[in-house]
Amino acid sequence: MSIEIRMNEENLLAKISGELDHHTAAAMRTELDEKINGLNPHKLLLDFSDVSFMDSSGIGFIMGRYKLMKENGGVVEVVNTPRNINKVLKISGLDKIITIGRCKNEDN
Amino acid sequence: MKIINEMKISFPSRSVNESFSRSAVASFAILLDPRMDELSDIRTAVSEAVTNCIVHAYGDSVGTIEITARILEGNIFYIRIKDKGCGIPDIEKALEPMFTTAPEEERAGLGFAVMESFMDKLTVKSKVGVGTTVTMQKKISRR
Repeated sequence: MSIEIRMNEENLLAKISGELDHHTAAAMRTELDEKINGLNPHKLLLDFSDVSFMDSSGIGFIMGRYKLMKENGGVVEVVNTPRNINKVLKISGLDKIITIGRCKNEDN
Repeated sequence: MKIINEMKISFPSRSVNESFSRSAVASFAILLDPRMDELSDIRTAVSEAVTNCIVHAYGDSVGTIEITARILEGNIFYIRIKDKGCGIPDIEKALEPMFTTAPEEERAGLGFAVMESFMDKLTVKSKVGVGTTVTMQKKISRR
């Protein structure tokens, strides 16, 4: 599990790689929140293209960043979600409050 | 139902074992030659149940989590996840989507909802102070 964070104009881009569960979310949360609070981006883009596994801990992780960004007056967008995690995202209803973009080459 | 094959693992409730346990169960499930999405469902359901044991059943302490997985007659995959943790006082409430006792830890309260929708059958038995046993079943399509 790793997270690559970079600032692109007013947006913070966080590319997550590997398996996102309760164990891995804890460390990523600390690292990402530090950057959010330090750089105060307008938008946080969570790139999930390299996430190979995610359970509902990932939902908690996205919700937590959504709350933090909202407090700071910003927004969150989740991009490139692979097929295998769309099912978990669907159950959560997160797509009602956050823009979620699926991988371009996936049809479901 | 006739048991065709069975495996058991037990491990301490440390969060690092979340990935180990779902991978171990998925490796066993491969014997049924599941589709990728079926295997992914099993991995996710196991991960949810094990995370519940770690976060809720044992909390700040470390206890043992026991998993029994079986291949049953009729291409059915059976999983039992057992802890000897604090137990669930109100199972009905715990099964409600979005209900969580640990919002400060960013728990979405979706663990059981995921297990329920990713598997065909979910049973939760619990006794306060004794522990919780979650059993799940999923029919794997024949190819």
